[in-house]
Amino acid sequence: MTTVEEHLLPSAEPVRLLDEHGVRHVHPRYPMPAADVLVDGYAQLVTGRRINDQAGALVRQGRLAVYPSSHGQEACQLAATMVLAEDDWLFPTYRDTVSIVSRGVDPVETLTLLRGDWHSGYDPYAHKVAPQATPLATQLIHAVGVAHAARLKGEDTVVMALCGDGATSEGDFHEAVNFAAVFKAPVVFFIQNNEYAISVPLARQTVAPSLAHKGIGYGVPGERADGNDLAGLLAVLGEAVRRARAGEGPQLVEAHTYRVQAHTNADDAARYRDEAEVKPWLERDPIKRLDAYLTAEGLLDDQRKQEVAEAAGRVAEELRVGLMADVSPDPAELFRHLYATPTPQLREQAAFLQDELDREEA
Amino acid sequence: MTHAKLSMGQALNQALRDAMRADDTVLMFGEDVGALGGVFRITDGLTAEFGEDRCFDTPLAESGIVGMAVGLAMNGMRPVVEMQFDAFGYPAFEQVVSHVAKMRNRTRGRVTLPLVIRMPYAGGIGGVEHHCDSSESYYAHTPGLTVVAPATVADAYTLLRRAIEYPDPVIFLEPKKLYWAKDEVDLTEDQPGIGTAVVRREGTDATLIAYGPAVPIALEAAEVAAAEGRQLQVVDLRSIVPFDDETVCAAVRSTGRAVVVAEASGFASVSSEIVARVTERCFHSLAAPIRRVTGFDIPYPPPHLERHQLPSVNRILDAVDDLQWEDA
Ligand SMILES: Cc1ncc(C[n+]2csc(CCOP(=O)(O)OP(=O)(O)O)c2C)c(N)n1
Repeated sequence: MTTVEEHLLPSAEPVRLLDEHGVRHVHPRYPMPAADVLVDGYAQLVTGRRINDQAGALVRQGRLAVYPSSHGQEACQLAATMVLAEDDWLFPTYRDTVSIVSRGVDPVETLTLLRGDWHSGYDPYAHKVAPQATPLATQLIHAVGVAHAARLKGEDTVVMALCGDGATSEGDFHEAVNFAAVFKAPVVFFIQNNEYAISVPLARQTVAPSLAHKGIGYGVPGERADGNDLAGLLAVLGEAVRRARAGEGPQLVEAHTYRVQAHTNADDAARYRDEAEVKPWLERDPIKRLDAYLTAEGLLDDQRKQEVAEAAGRVAEELRVGLMADVSPDPAELFRHLYATPTPQLREQAAFLQDELDREEA
Repeated sequence: MTHAKLSMGQALNQALRDAMRADDTVLMFGEDVGALGGVFRITDGLTAEFGEDRCFDTPLAESGIVGMAVGLAMNGMRPVVEMQFDAFGYPAFEQVVSHVAKMRNRTRGRVTLPLVIRMPYAGGIGGVEHHCDSSESYYAHTPGLTVVAPATVADAYTLLRRAIEYPDPVIFLEPKKLYWAKDEVDLTEDQPGIGTAVVRREGTDATLIAYGPAVPIALEAAEVAAAEGRQLQVVDLRSIVPFDDETVCAAVRSTGRAVVVAEASGFASVSSEIVARVTERCFHSLAAPIRRVTGFDIPYPPPHLERHQLPSVNRILDAVDDLQWEDA
């Protein structure tokens, strides 16, 4: 029998299986993921990076309204989905493009929101991915509801709910964790702590020892992992998912990572942080360390790396072509999706707009 | 400072600066208002000038921000808070509706709340979901709140200064598409206060009634109409609550025809209120029913469809043409 402290408290240090040089560290509780999983993870990391780079370029060309980059956080984004089964759910935010794509959603559809065509570009049921939430922490409670429904229906679905460090200050975060605990909902709350909420550093969000500690007051165990170590993240999140699926209740996981780029293209990071702070984090890059480890283990060679790079290049190229295509969403859609049956007033307004557009044409 | 060319954003920044210099109980706080100076830079340099106790970043929690402002105001401070975007203000709605709006009333005037909730407001900037909204009706519908929306650089300065001095809570709506609009202004020149509408353009044929982001488009429509031989008068409300019945009704009576122009959805809105009260007061002076040009009754559209939601010169002129002219 473990004590309450042992049961609820996160590890003293963030769990890390590979250090920044790619050297393996043995952890008493978390085994190393299988080699083939790590090789697949490497390929996904490289693809994720290319998606971030490509999206950044598309913003500069005016093809995307905005892009919140997850450069440097790809390991978090991928681990979050790699540990899920097909019927599990993902509840992402605006920053989680790479997670969504890894879930199987078409990259162009993933970016529809950020391009500005529609408020969500994919079918949430097709891949069990909720629409990306922008109002912070609001999606976490929906995640609890989806998980609770799955339990009521007798399914063993697990829900992965993502948020950032800043979002943990919102009331909805606390309500979500508490609800999940009370209803023993199979939810993993995964906080990507990248140290900043736009300009505000973590020290202005909390004085708690860590965000993983936030579960304690709600009776929810917390754990933390090095957010740039895919292996450690897979082990920790995999265990949280296993627990949830086994009916042991929700868990809170904090990944320690860093937002190496600005919040979005509209943000000027030089106003609130010193460039020198960023450099050491570039050294802790998630791709570099996995590359070093897999290469040393003989699991990755130059030929495989080239194949991975080429496959990632093809994804980026498809994204580029897809987003360079000129779009003209149908204005009639503005009225189509509000009610099961449009109100008479909406039908009238739709006709008004159509008439106006016809006159514009003529 | 006399006659400077300022943007609305700069005028708001100057108003905050001057208010903080004039009264050291004035505090400014919110999300990213410190080092960053706010995502629209309205609080730029305030922390540097007044220190961390006067202009500061809070944890990311709108309900916390407004709730703390209530307590600070109860204890002698004059808090000015920033909601980062109109559509991110909703977590604070509970505080606004249940407490901010009701405190004076429930304490029979003992506890007053001189606080200002500033928010970048409405659309026209191609923002993705939740970065544009037209939420004025929620606030205007809530008794106890004062709601103002400047449309000019000079008004941005004056109305914010007045809002901070005001004895009651003010919802201060800053039209985000006008943040960069520049004008030659004299900030020492006195402008009318809260509760006063002004006639921005004289005209004899019909009256356009607008507020906030809709004022410039109404003026543009009047310009085009004048070229076509129709003289449109333009009234800028400036203050939604209190509503200036006198100025608005006098304007409508002088022309006998009116069109209300607003970005927000029309149903159950500020624009419907304007039509109702003007009709009640000026029915016998009206030559035609009052028309409205508003957004459709839909959620705020994505950037690529945004233009269909916003009032346009053509829509305004079409509405004016519909006002049952004798020669038509
Ligand atoms: C309720 C709400 N308030 C404010 C915002 C504006 N906003 C967008 S992102 C952001 C910072 C969020 O930081 P964090 O949760 O750490 O996530 P990150 O962006 O670092 O991934 C803010 C304040 C918002 N989206 N929702």
